[in-house]
Amino acid sequence: MTQESMTSDSGALRVLVAKVGLDGHDRGVKVVARLLRDAGIEVIYSGLFQTPETVAAAAVDEDVDVVGLSMLSGAHMTLAPLVVKAIRDRGSDIPVVLGGIVPNQDVEELTAVGIAAVLGPGAPADEVVEVVRRVAGARA
Amino acid sequence: MNTPRQQWQQAYDESRLREGTFQTMSGVPLEPVYGPEDGEFPGQYPYARGPYASMYRSKLWTMRMFAGFGTAIDTNQRFKEIIKAGGDGLSTAFDMPTLLGLDSDDPMSLGEVGRCGVAIDTLADMRDLFADIDLGGITTSMTINSPAAVMLAMFVAQAENAGVPRAKLGGTLQNDILKEYQAQKEFVFPPRQSMRLVRDTVAFTAAEMPRWHSISISGYHIREAGSTAAEELAFTLANGFAYVELARQAGLPVDAFAPRLSFFFNAHIDFFEEIAKYRAARRIWARWLKERYGATNERSMQLRFHTQTAGVSLTAQQPEVNIVRTAIEALAGVLGGTQSLHTNSMDEALALPTEKAARIALRTQQVIAYETNVAHVADPLGGSYFVESLTDEMERRAEEIFAAIDEMGRGSMLEGCIAGIEENWFQGRIADSAYELERNFNRGERVVVGVNRFLEGNDDDDLAILKITNEDESKQRARLSKVRTDRNDDAVRDALDRLAKDAVDPEVNLMPALIEASQAYVTVGEMMNTMAGVFGRHVEVPTI
Repeated sequence: MTQESMTSDSGALRVLVAKVGLDGHDRGVKVVARLLRDAGIEVIYSGLFQTPETVAAAAVDEDVDVVGLSMLSGAHMTLAPLVVKAIRDRGSDIPVVLGGIVPNQDVEELTAVGIAAVLGPGAPADEVVEVVRRVAGARA
Repeated sequence: MNTPRQQWQQAYDESRLREGTFQTMSGVPLEPVYGPEDGEFPGQYPYARGPYASMYRSKLWTMRMFAGFGTAIDTNQRFKEIIKAGGDGLSTAFDMPTLLGLDSDDPMSLGEVGRCGVAIDTLADMRDLFADIDLGGITTSMTINSPAAVMLAMFVAQAENAGVPRAKLGGTLQNDILKEYQAQKEFVFPPRQSMRLVRDTVAFTAAEMPRWHSISISGYHIREAGSTAAEELAFTLANGFAYVELARQAGLPVDAFAPRLSFFFNAHIDFFEEIAKYRAARRIWARWLKERYGATNERSMQLRFHTQTAGVSLTAQQPEVNIVRTAIEALAGVLGGTQSLHTNSMDEALALPTEKAARIALRTQQVIAYETNVAHVADPLGGSYFVESLTDEMERRAEEIFAAIDEMGRGSMLEGCIAGIEENWFQGRIADSAYELERNFNRGERVVVGVNRFLEGNDDDDLAILKITNEDESKQRARLSKVRTDRNDDAVRDALDRLAKDAVDPEVNLMPALIEASQAYVTVGEMMNTMAGVFGRHVEVPTI
């Protein structure tokens, strides 16, 4: 049975939403978690103050389809690539979507290091759900 | 018996007024306040109309712009510029590692050192931060919470090394740990152990630093995290009541420390609701302090507050429109009688502000202060059927929330606030309100210009934003490494042993041990880790 058919059998994508580093802003991550859950997606929340390693370990252990990273402190250019690398180092291709305070100027470089999509401030619910589904689908 | 108006007039006549002709643009003379003979006036209990009789006719609000970046040397330069430009107050923003009690060389600090504030690791940084600045001649505000006691200790150590006795130091420590668990999430120790440190700072400053404001009780972060206006109002004041009960338990009479408490509120975009919130806050605080806590000094009952416009109301789309939002929010703060104000910059949904954006934000306050004449008349909306009714409604909703918290604490607001944190009650309510607001937005019921309506122009993306490099991070690590090499290891060990020993006994005030450790160049991280060895660390149960 392929990953894709398992997903469609259970009818639900699994997403890990995560906070890395010292950034305590958790309003966005909780709102996104509820939006995804209301769209029928299974959501796991990492809690605050995770490291790239703990996020990667949780993503692989929980066998999620997508990791959603929430970053609002300005450290995304340092930490987001480390999360992608930690996941890849575990031999996994789970895609990482980044949301939060991310200027457009940074998107190109983030894409180059393997961030699958960036959701900036004000992204509507439909777009969040659509991007998560698309990114998960592209992987399968 | 004088009428309320006559009593107000007497207090007003005794006030020192600033220079100026108080009239409209067309020459209509303006009274300092309007209202019926037997109504309530500013400076009169319960102070809904303002804490002082003369309000902005004596002194405009303080335009306090929060700043800090890079290394202590960089921020020291900025401080000196502020002083040269006539500023008499410094407001220190710390970086995230410092706010969480981590050293700059901690692996968790990666990417965050000096990024959204100044990095302070040891007394050496504190010395550089305030080099050539007379700490007895200015006031210093330090926005820090979990390591607030450590930062106060380092500040006192630095001042005394520079020859300024602690009794002469004036300033404010944010030191509001309860809202960290509820909203901002910069916590380290469990709630009760953190409250012991708050108690120690309150007792220490009450006894030895008569010019120091020990806690700035902050609703700002509660609102930014997603609460409603009534929740911001009620949670903040409930936290204030909890600190009052904490200090009373430590044996301090309420009038010995309550005059040293101040507040910090958000100014969101719903104009009249915000004004009603500030008016209700003053009335509630006065009543509770007098009736429940037995305050007799009117300074204890007068709620004074700082305001910041709502960062969360800013949009990344068409960011110039944020100037308009900020202006409206700032106006609400002024009409609500704020004592000081920070206006956000238009680019803060994207990054830290550029110098130009920060200047426009300050200019926004100056337009309100000097062009509009709105500061001529105190509480200009008092007596409006609408605003008075909304003020009453804010108070009613807050009282409902107080009743729930009081019940959780079985008659103690202090216990109620701690129980509410431990049971995720505050955090859950804030998350529920945030999600409700988001759903209104997604349904289009709540319009955000440029985001879900009026999108033409969203593709213009030419705003220059501030880029911060990682250069300061390596610089700061090198500085810390040098301090670790140069200091006396025996003194460090002795100071940490004493700190651990004092931490074990909850009756001991930790401030002397922290000051001794500061003098021995013990790092912030070492002091915090030593205390964590005794206190444990707070881990939030992740809930969606």
